[in-house]
Amino acid sequence: MAAPTGFATTEWFSIDSIREVLPYVTGSLLAGLILGIVAGVIGPMIQARDLAFAVHGSSELSFAGGAAALLLFGGGVAAASTATVVGVGSIVGSVIAAVLFGVLGAKARDRNSAIGVILPFGLGLGVLFLFLYPGRAANKFGLLVGQIVAVDTTQIWLLAAVAVVVLGVLAAIWRPLFFASVDPDVAVARGVPTRLLSALFMIVLGLSVAMAVQIVGAILVLSLLITPTAAASRVTASPAMVTLLSVLFAVFSAVGGIILSLTPELPISPCVTTLSFLIYLVCRVIGAVRHRRGWNTRTPAAAAEPVAAAA
Amino acid sequence: MTSPGAGPAADRGVGPATGLARSPTVAGSDDATGSHPRYAMMDDVPGTSQPADAPASTVGAATAVALRGAELRFGSRVLWTGLDLDIAAGEFVVVLGPNGAGKTSLLKVLLGQLPLSAGTAEIGGRPVRMGSSRIGYIPQQRAFDPGLPVRARDLVGLGIDGHRWGFGLPSRSRSRAIDAALASVGASAFADAPVGLLSGGEQQRLRIAQALITDPHVLLCDEPLLSLDLTHQQAVSDLIDRRRTESQTAVVFVTHEINPVLRMVDRVIYLVDGKFRIGTPDEVMTTAVLSELYRSHVEVLRAEGRIIVLGTDSHVHHHDENGTH
Repeated sequence: MAAPTGFATTEWFSIDSIREVLPYVTGSLLAGLILGIVAGVIGPMIQARDLAFAVHGSSELSFAGGAAALLLFGGGVAAASTATVVGVGSIVGSVIAAVLFGVLGAKARDRNSAIGVILPFGLGLGVLFLFLYPGRAANKFGLLVGQIVAVDTTQIWLLAAVAVVVLGVLAAIWRPLFFASVDPDVAVARGVPTRLLSALFMIVLGLSVAMAVQIVGAILVLSLLITPTAAASRVTASPAMVTLLSVLFAVFSAVGGIILSLTPELPISPCVTTLSFLIYLVCRVIGAVRHRRGWNTRTPAAAAEPVAAAA
Repeated sequence: MTSPGAGPAADRGVGPATGLARSPTVAGSDDATGSHPRYAMMDDVPGTSQPADAPASTVGAATAVALRGAELRFGSRVLWTGLDLDIAAGEFVVVLGPNGAGKTSLLKVLLGQLPLSAGTAEIGGRPVRMGSSRIGYIPQQRAFDPGLPVRARDLVGLGIDGHRWGFGLPSRSRSRAIDAALASVGASAFADAPVGLLSGGEQQRLRIAQALITDPHVLLCDEPLLSLDLTHQQAVSDLIDRRRTESQTAVVFVTHEINPVLRMVDRVIYLVDGKFRIGTPDEVMTTAVLSELYRSHVEVLRAEGRIIVLGTDSHVHHHDENGTH
């Protein structure tokens, strides 16, 4: 029987060794599951609102927030609590960033330049904070590339609490938010409070991004918040199906990535991102094939009408 | 073409500005500084648009839209003032004018998005308010992202309950209503196609279905034919026209181009630089009236049932899109 430290170098992938390690990583798997669900649910809305760059921006600033918290409050607490300090800091950082992006640019074009301005500044601050922090280096890279291996019970509770808030708010505002996102002119005409919804969404987006940063790191957040939805919308055009598939894909990527990383003791991030990227590739191929076969399910009479963007 | 003062609006007793074609007066003031007293004075001339003291009988259930002494100004700039207008059920009213004259602002007032500076605005006998289901709104055609996960039926469904909180579960009555709405505009064939893959004409059909699914009193259309080819302009305006004759839905139709809808139009509101004229196309679309409105010579030609207006271009470009100077 291989010792827990031995299999990492001798075996690349084995079910047995995974089974042995699983009890030690239930916390991580739980975190991956929670994150996968939240990322999968919020993803379609990010796509509909064209917020991919805002996600990237707020994830980088989540890192800056975490680094600031580490510098300001990380010195006085026990080593085990630094993760919590960083977690809270990163949540604050990404929520502030997301709300700022929402305020600065109502239109995608304005927003993107605002993000482009704020992002490097915040990231620079984060680097400075880490440089000034006198503690050990382990936490420094965890913020960028993920630190889920060390997830503890407090963090799980934090994640779960954030997830409940995010999912609760999304459930309450889903329909008008979707209306405002895909069809803003008519939504306004029908009395949808678009500004309020936009502000609420940016807050829950910031929270979700901060959660994802905890697991896959700031750099790789897009792979859970963007890729699953992008993959799902390749194979279906139904909003409900896109949401369902995007949750499945995100959970599979997060949990599967964590399990995959166990045996060869690889970092988690590349496993998660690779899985979600592979899912995307498969969906793209399926989508392309269905497209060629006339996915649009039109009758011949309708297909004879001119189609603007059938390419 | 209807003769002056004998249009469908007059038949309903709403009393459009009869005799407008004969009198060259123009309602509305030029600007707040009153630098053109001639036009400012015209505000007080009764009968320039509609009498403010119209008989009570005309403001009944058959009146879809009622504006009384309506004024809209941004700072010192008056878009229009002294606007009195009753639009009867089933009436087709076109709003014309150069950019920045306040055509879209008029729609926004009726949608409850923009408060009047003075006067009142009512839809179906009640003050305008945001999100009223008495109003159906058809916007300009715009491009949807081809990858957007929204099918034709989803877009129409948003017209039913898109404004309600929560996430909404599918129901049989809801999908039946959507199917019926899609069928009514000939869109059943592409009901499940992503909207981003539909042509402009197909998308505007969906817009009509979406706007009519709440069975509104008034259909507010903001250049719905823009960027459509002639065939689709015809098909889409026919759908709007059919609806208003079958269900007596009033139509307020903002456009740059009257010809695609000319045969349906009951009355025209022509807005230019703080002044306006209301009447049948025959009354308003004349060389004398438009020259008066534009304060320069404008030639109106009629050929083969079409109206061609020459000489407004220089004016059009004096106004920028966002309505500021």
